[in-house]
Amino acid sequence: MRRILVTDDSATMRSLLVATIEASGDYEVVEAASGFEALRLLPREKVDLIITDINMPDINGLELINYVRKSEQYRNTPLFIISTEGREKDVEKGLALGANEYLVKPIDPERLQALIREYVGADAE
Amino acid sequence: MSGVNDVSGKAVKDFLAEAEEILDQLCADIGVLSESSEGGECDPDSLNSVFRGAHSLKGLAGMFGFNGIQDLSHNLENLLDSLRLGKVAIGPQVVVVLTDSLEALGIMIRNLGEGVSEKISVQSLLQRINDCVSGNEGVESDSLLSSLEIPRSMINALTEYEEHRLLENIKKSRNIFTVLASFSLATFDQDLAELTDQLKKNGEVISTLPSVGASIESSIDFEILFGSAKPMAEIVALVADGNVVVRQVNGQQVVIPTSATGNTVVAEDAYPEAAESDAVKPNAAAPADAGITAKSMSRTVRVDIGKLDDLMNIVGELVLSHSTISDIAEKMRKAGYSTMLAELLKAAKGLERKLNELQKGVMEIRMIPVGQLYEKMGRIVRKISKEQGKKVDLRVFGADTELDKLIMEDIADPLMHIIRNAIDHGIELPEERRGRGKDERGTIKLSSYQKGNHVVIEVEDDGRGIDVAKVKRKAIEKGLISPNDNLSDREAVELIFLPGFSTSETVSEISGRGVGMDVVKNNIAAVSGMVDVESVHGEGSRMTITLPITLAIIKALIISTAGRYYALPITSVLESIMIEPADILTVERKEVIQLRESTLPLLRLNRFFHLDGEAAGENVFVVVVGVADKRLGIVVDELLGQQDIVIKTLGPVFEGVRGVSGAADLGDQRTILVLDVGGIINEATKGGGQA
Repeated sequence: MRRILVTDDSATMRSLLVATIEASGDYEVVEAASGFEALRLLPREKVDLIITDINMPDINGLELINYVRKSEQYRNTPLFIISTEGREKDVEKGLALGANEYLVKPIDPERLQALIREYVGADAE
Repeated sequence: MSGVNDVSGKAVKDFLAEAEEILDQLCADIGVLSESSEGGECDPDSLNSVFRGAHSLKGLAGMFGFNGIQDLSHNLENLLDSLRLGKVAIGPQVVVVLTDSLEALGIMIRNLGEGVSEKISVQSLLQRINDCVSGNEGVESDSLLSSLEIPRSMINALTEYEEHRLLENIKKSRNIFTVLASFSLATFDQDLAELTDQLKKNGEVISTLPSVGASIESSIDFEILFGSAKPMAEIVALVADGNVVVRQVNGQQVVIPTSATGNTVVAEDAYPEAAESDAVKPNAAAPADAGITAKSMSRTVRVDIGKLDDLMNIVGELVLSHSTISDIAEKMRKAGYSTMLAELLKAAKGLERKLNELQKGVMEIRMIPVGQLYEKMGRIVRKISKEQGKKVDLRVFGADTELDKLIMEDIADPLMHIIRNAIDHGIELPEERRGRGKDERGTIKLSSYQKGNHVVIEVEDDGRGIDVAKVKRKAIEKGLISPNDNLSDREAVELIFLPGFSTSETVSEISGRGVGMDVVKNNIAAVSGMVDVESVHGEGSRMTITLPITLAIIKALIISTAGRYYALPITSVLESIMIEPADILTVERKEVIQLRESTLPLLRLNRFFHLDGEAAGENVFVVVVGVADKRLGIVVDELLGQQDIVIKTLGPVFEGVRGVSGAADLGDQRTILVLDVGGIINEATKGGGQA
């Protein structure tokens, strides 16, 4: 099963994302409640897609993207930014750092599911 | 929202719980902001934390389609964004708008939780928020960043906010560093937290950029962007080791674009302290333009305290050499060598004068105003009072009083602990204070002044004071005193300094760290200081710390008892008197004398140190010593006069020896012990000194 890392400091946000992503039964979510947790999980858990919030208390999404894109292992792993309206500058920077897509809250589950299929496919395919 | 149409009851509950949590944090943070904003500037970290809270709330409310909350938190986020990016200045008006917004959000979230459908109108509030924001769009200068030697990849990963903080640091003429650290993957969060804590005490951590270490499975590297007013050498000394490398990324010159023409000028002395880091940064370019000087405007030099210690030691040795010369001259006089003697004495006198000046000069270099310490205390007061939900004002007096740098370092922790205690046990919660007819804001007064050769630091609070009856009860329970001991209130209050004593009923995070007042007292005694407490139950307490101005060179009275010599720091000597053995009275098995209007307890030094041999003379010498308001007469055999001494520590082996604070060289190859007057007074007054 494809594994997807979701990094967001809001537990409610994570559970909504998990519900959306795992709905199809094709993907399994690995949750990180902070940038640090993502840094700890990434070397251990092989993931096929990374979804990250930008505003987090320890290290922020941009710093995480920078780490991911510089690592041997995840250089080419697809990465989506989750953002909110009004943070366009940070989103632009994220895309420049190598994020593939961005989604603005409130997130449309169908768009998210479609993007995931587009980037990582499903086991059946 | 469109996506989560089937919002389950549980998800909404999760939302409410998290929203309330965020709101609580926001209220606390805004409390801190409003206090710190009174000075016109607020802590960027807490401002950013408030921003993140509003941002998270907006995102969450949006996911659930709670439009009212989303709308208000969105506007609030905008205002906070402008605040943290410096586009809007924080002031009383803004604080009121922030507080009102939180209140409205609180009502909306509560209504939601209780199923109340009633809508509250926030139109005027939204208008007020937008009034604060509008017309304040600032422009950041991006090219300022390109003048720094920061890797482009690092700049690229800065959020808009971090970029703004970087520019703020540059504008404040701080030095900008990149700190590279490599940690094990297993422990990187603690390691990084330790490092950033260190850094934050000395400046601002702007960004923390992780990258894969030597191996992705085992290590992780961090590149920290750090702004500080301190020079490179100091930052290096603070954090650098095998795993941490510090680099300075701005030099003496910074090119700032002028807004009108786009021409560039060399900023004159944008970094006054950068001059000192030349040695570690040889590639700092020479001034390009004649007529514009890169000369430092600053007239100060930062010196390692170790170098001053060395210098002080040399001065000390010189003082001793001088004593030797004077001694030789004296011996020559007695032996009748009169030729040239007058000249030798004159030369020795001249040498003494210059030595005194040199000693005073070196001593003054070591002196720094206690205000530096008080700034730290201000932060601690804010932090702890916030944690405890108390309202506390710190008022500072005599911040320019000067104290030896080393003593200041050693006093920082004890002082912090005393202040913690004052907030934790002293200052009451706002409701309780109102109930007692007090101002709901408690006050901690921190004052310092010089008193003779001592510096006095007082910490006074207007809290609940010490309950003497309770202290006595606790001391009896813990077996520290017997129920029959008839202690005066004053003596009872002093019980708090006994090891193992703590009146707090619940061990709080603050005072429950196992550090009791006994440790505070010992730490202060380690720098030859004393701490006293006075308290009026219900009205407040006052801790008085009395410290010597410097520890380096002191004048001492040399005395002897049972054939051994000791040095008594002259700062604690009040007077020396000669009495007859018959003057000594015995009261409750303790020896005392009547000195003028009061009774002075006596301590025989030979008995204190268990030395054989009593003075056989007809007269007894009593040296009256005092620290703070305690007095004691030390009975000795002989007074040998005053001398400058350099106190050396005895080393770890003899660290705990009671009554001795160090050793000194008398200049004639004799080494004598220096008495710890504070310690001896304590031993004697608690009754153990007569043994």
